[in-house]
Amino acid sequence: MNLTLKIWRQKNADDAGEFVTYQAKDVSPDMSFLEMLDVVNEGLTSKGDAPIAFDSDCREGICGTCSLVINGTPHGGQKATTACQLHMRHFKDGESITIEPWRARPFPVIRDLIVNRQAFDKVIQSGGYVSASTGGNPDANAIPVSKHNADTAMDAAACIGCGACVAACKNASAMLFVSAKVSHLRHTPPRSTRERSTCPFDG
Amino acid sequence: MNLNSNIPSGPLASKWERHKFDMKLVNPANKRKFEVLVVGSGLAGASAAATLAELGYKVKCFCYQDSPRRAHSIAAQGGINAAKNYQNDGDSVHRLFYDTIKGGDFRAREANVHRLAEVSRQIIDQCVAQGVPFAREYSGYLSNRSFGGAQVSRTFYARGQTGQQLLLGAYQALSRQIGLGNVQMFSRTEMQDLVLVDGHAKGVVVRNLVSGEISSHSGDAVILATGGYCPVFYLSTNAVGCNVTATYRAYKRGAAFANPCYTQIHPTCIPVSGEHQSKLTLMSESLRNDGRVWVPKKQGDARKSCDIPETERDYFLERKYPSFGNLAPRDIASRAAKEVCDEGRGVGPGGLGVFLDFEDSINRLGENSVQERYGNLFNMYERITGENAYKQPMRIFPAPHYTMGGLWVDYNLMSSIPGLFVLGEANFSDHGANRLGASALMQGLADGYFVIPYTIGHYFASHDQFKPSTSHAAFKSAEDEVNTKISQLLSIKGNRSIRSMHWELGRLVWEKCGMARDKEGLANAIERIPQLREEFWQNVSVPGSANELNVALEQASRVSDFMEFGELLCRDAHNRDESCGGHFRTEVPNSRR
Repeated sequence: MNLTLKIWRQKNADDAGEFVTYQAKDVSPDMSFLEMLDVVNEGLTSKGDAPIAFDSDCREGICGTCSLVINGTPHGGQKATTACQLHMRHFKDGESITIEPWRARPFPVIRDLIVNRQAFDKVIQSGGYVSASTGGNPDANAIPVSKHNADTAMDAAACIGCGACVAACKNASAMLFVSAKVSHLRHTPPRSTRERSTCPFDG
Repeated sequence: MNLNSNIPSGPLASKWERHKFDMKLVNPANKRKFEVLVVGSGLAGASAAATLAELGYKVKCFCYQDSPRRAHSIAAQGGINAAKNYQNDGDSVHRLFYDTIKGGDFRAREANVHRLAEVSRQIIDQCVAQGVPFAREYSGYLSNRSFGGAQVSRTFYARGQTGQQLLLGAYQALSRQIGLGNVQMFSRTEMQDLVLVDGHAKGVVVRNLVSGEISSHSGDAVILATGGYCPVFYLSTNAVGCNVTATYRAYKRGAAFANPCYTQIHPTCIPVSGEHQSKLTLMSESLRNDGRVWVPKKQGDARKSCDIPETERDYFLERKYPSFGNLAPRDIASRAAKEVCDEGRGVGPGGLGVFLDFEDSINRLGENSVQERYGNLFNMYERITGENAYKQPMRIFPAPHYTMGGLWVDYNLMSSIPGLFVLGEANFSDHGANRLGASALMQGLADGYFVIPYTIGHYFASHDQFKPSTSHAAFKSAEDEVNTKISQLLSIKGNRSIRSMHWELGRLVWEKCGMARDKEGLANAIERIPQLREEFWQNVSVPGSANELNVALEQASRVSDFMEFGELLCRDAHNRDESCGGHFRTEVPNSRR
């Protein structure tokens, strides 16, 4: 199929940026969205043009690196599917697709579709952990945790930290990301009383 | 080269205990005077950086991703082994040690593996204390499963996302130390070279991937925890950014590389759908518990799977290996799939796939039970292929998954360059010629949490320490070499895309040095790789400049190292006239086991 892509290009953090239109030809429905961009980029680089910069790594939906707003929706329209797992069979021949970076002030654009998400690292650094230094911890089965709590913790801990919740929020709030970490940590074995009283992550 | 493994004397089971006492210590007040450079932030790197900082060392940690939480350890699905024997089913440190040695086809170093089995128990305690949400029974105690054909249930898991949860545990421990100011974190920063001063590893040259700036960092020791090199095959289950650059450049500085040809090909991955493909996705091995593997008996049979009658199907694993059936070990199952595809009986596009059929299980257990067990995997399969595996069989094909080879290390995890330590998949020591399922996570965390914190102190305490300034001539010349290489890449301005060159190399290495290898094919690869390398340096197109975020330059730099490393891999396979573990030479098939 053939597609028209309207893609945000921005040389660096200081550049104003603009949409540039590209034609993607002979796109296979079996391609992932990022593979479609790889092919567009291959065309650009073999002409000596700068490829469209976008973040990706594992390409199996778990690392949380990819970060595209596709037709106005972070990661595109498929439920629980990251951009790297979104496949072109969900698009129609002749369709026009708009591709933007996460749009949120805490995630400044570095280049094209790549943003800086260090704000998330800072959130975790400020208390999103258990202060259990290596060694000297009790046997793993010493403190039973109910299956219900363990499952709830896992539901929350499965967050991939991609930042789509911030990109989707009108206020660019990180409440989903933060509350996922709070839920995860609250449902694991008890942290020390001291940590509970001082840590912003414990209510 | 004189390689001394420095294995402590005494009985196997007491070596580590005794070595911990014999090693010299660094006084707590002196630890802050030592600075450690950790490259990589996966399970091994993050756990090492966090633990060393907890001990009081100054630590700098580098990763090419935008955050340390994104390292590819995050994608590990199955679980982590530990000799806890919580199930009372006969497991022990010795049994885990024995299984690992045997699984590695007796090529792993026994002393290291025994230590690994010993500390495996502490890893689970550590992770639970960090809040890793391992699966639990209704009793509230930890749940275990048997994995990869093990006779005991010793695998701890967090749904199908064990790697993610263990990495987040290590990442959070690391984040705590970053927040406390004990670790300086450099993300989007890629190591370009290792710097040696007076024969000791004393620093690294790195490139800031956002600004393009080349800079040097000096330290008292360097730790590489940079993972494996599967993308030498181009297509693998690794992340697209995984690369051999750090370990290969250390090799070029004199570190010994051990067993590069020991690579693991995982049998249950989603097949290639076309030339555009950028990576292959692993489907958990657990699927083979209930799926039956088959291909049509007839060559080139293009009928739909449901139109092929039972009598015309070849359940080749059940036929060839009746005692294992569909649960045949990874290397055997992979090669058997390759053989039937080579005979022209493969299914799907290009004939490179075999069926993994759940029809019998669905009839026996009901669709709901199958969905409970494997629902997330069936969803993942449908997202990628658009096919519903409840209605038609999955198609699977083997893909490169893990590399057992790596930089040579001694018992202290120090490479042949003093002061250069190598942890996790990047080293060679614990898995021999083949790795057991659920052992990669165990090794990465063992090295980072419980081995390097002891052995690095011994290095500091037993050598006269000096931390050179980055104005030392060795840094200057390494930086110059890096800058020269980058300008060379940018000045080629050829016609070939980086991806097409990488693809060509990968395909060659996969064909000649993949699941089955022979002397002639390997000799051919050894002849062709240098030609490909020459073409790369003459005809690749790397647009843009050095002083900006330049994705093409990053890729070109990594591919340039694969262009050299691929030859090393094939030379090792060529010289090794035997079959063992993941290395299968067709001329000597029976030398294995």
